[in-house]
Amino acid sequence: MTPCLARGTLPDILQNFRVLRRVTILLAKMLRLIVAVGLLLPLAVIVTLAGQAKTKKQTATADAAAGKKLFEEHCALCHGIDGRGGRGPSLNRVHLTHAADDEALKGVIMDGIAPNMPQGWYFDDDDVANLVAFVRSLSKVRPDPIPGDVARGASVYVKSGCSGCHILDGAGTGYGPDLTAIGERRRASFLQQVISKPPAALPEDFLLVKATTPAGETVQGIRVNEDSFTIQIKDPSGRYHSFRKDELTELKKLRGETPMPSFEGILSATEIQDLVAYLASQRGKP
Amino acid sequence: MKIIFGTLLSAVFSVAALGQVPFERIVNADKEPGNWMTYSRDLSGHRFSPLKEITTENVGNLKVQWAFQFPNDASETSPLVVDEVMYITGPNWAAALDVHTGRRLWSWNRAIPKDYHSIGFGLVSRGPTVLDDKLYVATMDCYLVALDLKSGAEIWSSKVGDYKLGYSMTVAPLAIDGKIVVGVSGGEAGIRGFLDAYDAKTGKRAWRFWTIPGPGEPGNETWDGDSWKTGGAPTWVTGAYDPELKLVYWGVGNPGPDWDGEVRKGDNLYSCSFVALEAETGKLRWYFQFTPHDTHDWDAAHTPVLFNAKIDGRERKLIASANRNAFYYVLDRETGEFIAGQPYAKETWASGLDPKGKPIKLPDSDPKEKGTLVWPNMNGATVWFSQSYSPETGLFYVAVREIGSRYFKRESRYKPGTLFVAGGEDELPPDDVWGEIRALEATTGDTKWIFKLQSPPWAGVLSTAGGLVFSGSDEGNFYALDARTGKALWDFQTGGTIAANPISFTVNGKQRIAISANRVLYVFGF
Repeated sequence: MTPCLARGTLPDILQNFRVLRRVTILLAKMLRLIVAVGLLLPLAVIVTLAGQAKTKKQTATADAAAGKKLFEEHCALCHGIDGRGGRGPSLNRVHLTHAADDEALKGVIMDGIAPNMPQGWYFDDDDVANLVAFVRSLSKVRPDPIPGDVARGASVYVKSGCSGCHILDGAGTGYGPDLTAIGERRRASFLQQVISKPPAALPEDFLLVKATTPAGETVQGIRVNEDSFTIQIKDPSGRYHSFRKDELTELKKLRGETPMPSFEGILSATEIQDLVAYLASQRGKP
Repeated sequence: MKIIFGTLLSAVFSVAALGQVPFERIVNADKEPGNWMTYSRDLSGHRFSPLKEITTENVGNLKVQWAFQFPNDASETSPLVVDEVMYITGPNWAAALDVHTGRRLWSWNRAIPKDYHSIGFGLVSRGPTVLDDKLYVATMDCYLVALDLKSGAEIWSSKVGDYKLGYSMTVAPLAIDGKIVVGVSGGEAGIRGFLDAYDAKTGKRAWRFWTIPGPGEPGNETWDGDSWKTGGAPTWVTGAYDPELKLVYWGVGNPGPDWDGEVRKGDNLYSCSFVALEAETGKLRWYFQFTPHDTHDWDAAHTPVLFNAKIDGRERKLIASANRNAFYYVLDRETGEFIAGQPYAKETWASGLDPKGKPIKLPDSDPKEKGTLVWPNMNGATVWFSQSYSPETGLFYVAVREIGSRYFKRESRYKPGTLFVAGGEDELPPDDVWGEIRALEATTGDTKWIFKLQSPPWAGVLSTAGGLVFSGSDEGNFYALDARTGKALWDFQTGGTIAANPISFTVNGKQRIAISANRVLYVFGF
């Protein structure tokens, strides 16, 4: 095969093609409409109604299992067999960069994203709807029973000092992940696990590091970036540090560790449930 | 001052105006090390520069001299420099730049048809080739185009393959004596691969070598049923040429569908092989298959490296390559005979090579429904980007991808012009994988030194007579290592992923190093 990071064509020209293609499609649609209205009105009405019914039916019955099969055949090459990403980005996220909603996702599947993602011109409407259903299913947070109390959970959040490391609704310190829409991204059972046993739930690319300079200064924090020669670290105060790795006395990679403390034993089981309920209710702003 | 500069410029342009490149100039590339006249600088695929102004002592002072912004991102172009004019390409695009300033002298483009689809790769072009008074460019929609070297005007174009069937071209063509050799992409689209040569003057096809033999031809029996018709075996990375033996050496890509070998039982010749073809006729002289019946997408997508060395006391003409399957190979380039080989990266699919160089496959390494963890991953332990041989150190330098993945097998139906791969992979997490530059003893493959990289790289290697090795990282570092020890001596953050091969040339006699990083071409020097 021909792998490549491969972005790279004449985006303007392609863009023009896309516009041209849309204009052509639009003109063709208009022409069809004129013909239908002028010559075949009754038939057109029937066809249009049937079409609408079919579209509605498709939307209602989009088949994620069929979409999975297509995904594995056509998309897994770049997005990974389960959508966790590879040469292409991961798709198991609520917010897809190029697809704000299902219609946009359909557009992306059909038109591709120049120059890297090919067009899915050979998919029919059912295929696309099924693919959308499958891709969306990758990020769906299955509802867990949430026995806790949201209002009480809000007080637990404040009392436990969560805002010392997290931002929620614009308030707090941005050391740990932003929790503003955490309820969209994470299931309640996952949140419960993070609060009780944080190291068991670390994301794949998360790394806590400890750097020691020749002067004996140590900086422990979250790795923000690392290349073959340098590393950038964010410390608990939110301050960034940038080091050349060959100038450090020691660079410890604390795999499996996290600055997030366990609240097991600090909070009661009910308090943890309430906190989970509060976090699960955080769906972000529209 | 202006007058002096103007005079200098006009002198340069008048040289450029006469700048024809007869084949002898390319054969004798070592006589003019300030130019870079073919993909790997020499026809032997060394990507070695005899220039030595930049050394292990002074490389730390390298500074950007100029930068050029491509109209496309993720450039993979390997520029040419002829008589102080630089030639670069992008997808369906080419340009000539003034090497003093990076300013554009001319550019050419050909619209990509709206129904063109790249299948299994991105829109890239890995560089042009030059011969006599023409620059040759391979296009995404599968045309070979000859341009006037001085003006960029199109002289001729020849259709190489049908893009509607998934044929495409990302390769830098290779100019040999009177012919332009060009290969195709499409190993994920169920093409039947081939390698073509065109008359450099007229664009008329001189020969075609089908990389999958047809019925009745030797090798066709290595394909089950009709699977040869859609078996892939593309030729998407530039080859090498021996002007004395008059043999073209070229790497052949993966069989298709990639991950389901059940539907194409047999060795699947000449996929995953090097082929040696007679330059005059395209007739097969010999082949060597690295990975028989590949099910991991391990194309032999590498520029072969030709060198001579003593083996058991006898001077031999050799061809070597670090293959995508994680083994390094040394063969006799007159006969294809296997001489030496061993792994140069972590691999979990073969216990070694037998005396003929055939891999001894481990059980359970084929992709399965539930996934099979194998090292290396589908992009291989190295891939299309350049390997380098330094005649000064006798070392072979390769950018290594230390990465495994879980391979999955799925159903796939052939539909012309669409993806035909039958599965996929899941890569291991980023902190479980890494990259390296490795220096190997060229005749044995023994590792001499390793320089570790943060992640598996996507950039080629250049070695120089200044005792340096240059390469790039996925995170944007462009860097120089000591060719003898692997010690890092200089690095520069380009700000973009580097997925291209470096070159070296001179401007007014001063050594320069060039590399593309995402959408910027950087030129370094003092």
